[in-house]
Amino acid sequence: MYGGGYIFDEPNKRQLNEEQLHDDPEKLGEFEARIARGEKIEPGDWMPSEYRRQLIRLIEQHAHSEIIGALPEGTWITRAPGFKRKLALIAKVQDEIGHGQLLYNAAETLGKSREAMINDLLSGKSKYSNVFNYPAETWADVTVIGFLIDAAAIVNQVANAKGSYGPYCRALERICYEESFHLKQGHDAFIELATGTPAQRAMVQDALNRWWQPIMHFFGPPDKNSVHSEKLMQWKVKMASNDDMRNQFLDAYVPKIWDLGLSLPDENLKKDPATGKWAYSDPDWDLFKKVINGGGPCNKERLDVRKWAEEHGRWVRKALMNPTEKTTAPVA
Amino acid sequence: MTRNDAISQLLTAMADDSLIQGHRNSEWTGLGPIMEEDIAFSSMAQDKIGHAWALYRTLHENLGGTDPDRFAFLRGEKEYKCCHFVEMPNGEYDFSLMRHFLFDHAEAIRWEQLQQSSFEPLVPLARKLKGEIKYHTLHANAWITQLCRAGEESYARMQSALNTCFPLALGIFEPNPEAEQLLTAEKVYAGEAALRAQWMDRIYNILAVAGLNLPDENEVTPVYGGRKGYHTEYLQPLLDEMGYVFRLDPEAVW
Repeated sequence: MYGGGYIFDEPNKRQLNEEQLHDDPEKLGEFEARIARGEKIEPGDWMPSEYRRQLIRLIEQHAHSEIIGALPEGTWITRAPGFKRKLALIAKVQDEIGHGQLLYNAAETLGKSREAMINDLLSGKSKYSNVFNYPAETWADVTVIGFLIDAAAIVNQVANAKGSYGPYCRALERICYEESFHLKQGHDAFIELATGTPAQRAMVQDALNRWWQPIMHFFGPPDKNSVHSEKLMQWKVKMASNDDMRNQFLDAYVPKIWDLGLSLPDENLKKDPATGKWAYSDPDWDLFKKVINGGGPCNKERLDVRKWAEEHGRWVRKALMNPTEKTTAPVA
Repeated sequence: MTRNDAISQLLTAMADDSLIQGHRNSEWTGLGPIMEEDIAFSSMAQDKIGHAWALYRTLHENLGGTDPDRFAFLRGEKEYKCCHFVEMPNGEYDFSLMRHFLFDHAEAIRWEQLQQSSFEPLVPLARKLKGEIKYHTLHANAWITQLCRAGEESYARMQSALNTCFPLALGIFEPNPEAEQLLTAEKVYAGEAALRAQWMDRIYNILAVAGLNLPDENEVTPVYGGRKGYHTEYLQPLLDEMGYVFRLDPEAVW
């Protein structure tokens, strides 16, 4: 799962000018015409270097979000109550890792290896969705993540699936299909708590209160603050504005939460019937920046888990790169 | 002891093994040495936990056992009948891989046998599970063989993991003489000694291809106790964790 909390790379001006000088204007014209006609760009096709660079960052950040996103919920697999929930949660988290794998493959078609991307994740150079830097404190958090964060991710990914880069769009189509199933599971578990015992209801209300701000952050900073997205929208790298996606999400899910008699911790949250737009209190955008830059409650913990996996799995990866005899017969 | 008591003992031990092994497999989520292995261990965790669930349901529906969720999540430590092998923490990938190899071959053989069981509810289940476990053993075989051919370090790690795992793995076949006598006479299954002999043959052939030395089974002491309810210090914390949410309110629907 992933949201529009993506911060597009602020290019180094000098480097960008340099690169653009080398982008053949005729080819650029043809490239932009193809995108305008709705054609997909494929790995071997000519593309401007800035398009390649932003796409690598976008897809890579999405891939990291999948594998890091598996962690907060993953910590509840061993504690999930009952066979039904346990099996559903393992399957879901497994899907998320699978999405990571698909997306790293898609990013690799642009020329950056999986190893290089993982290294950049571990060094803190590349980011992942902010929302996964918060802890999943109770079982109810798992249901809020599965219902609302997956729902938010779907809003973003359905939009991105209509983008211009073929391999990314194809990966997203499959991902969206699986995510919509996660949403059903999450919704089911969420409803179970919301309609359950007083203690279960209190648990889910508490989780909503804690997750609301990260969810509002999920789609990224307001449009008035986001810069240089015009070109990216023309190139169909960015498919919808942060505020539009946030509004779409609020419109679809706030009524569902209210219908269950649960509340959301924002007194200003209401829909303007005339414009169809939702009003809300601005979440703390300074906190958003702080968390993205490593200052969230779980940034260190999340990366430490990935570092453990990297260090302890190194001998396996080394061995795979170094077979003295290859097994070529299919195993099945 | 009645025939049904003996069957219940057998199925409880099998189900508890699958549940705890599945729990351990699921702990690899997010930690695998490569993403593909993360996915593989998650997938096997689902199968194992699903197998345990199917067995608890069989106990519930055919042998007067309690509700599967309550049975799996609320028993006291001593009432679990899993072997020590599955209780051991995952350790490094080499231990987990070798355990997966030894355990899954044992399960495969057991379920192959149970296709001929006189206890009818097991027969269709055996057919279904055999097909799933086949992929677990193929996965284990491929990885063991590959890692043994990929240089000194990975080979040494595999041999050392085998030496550690082997006495524990023999605990899968801990004898239960009274029940076994009944069950073999009634043709419910072939008995632990027969399964163990078949298992030794099968793993020997694969390990030989990988170039690993199987310790002499007469020289090692099998790690028994689990089937009688004596467990390692690792089981209780695992059970506390597994039942943590369920125990908050066992009457509630989660």
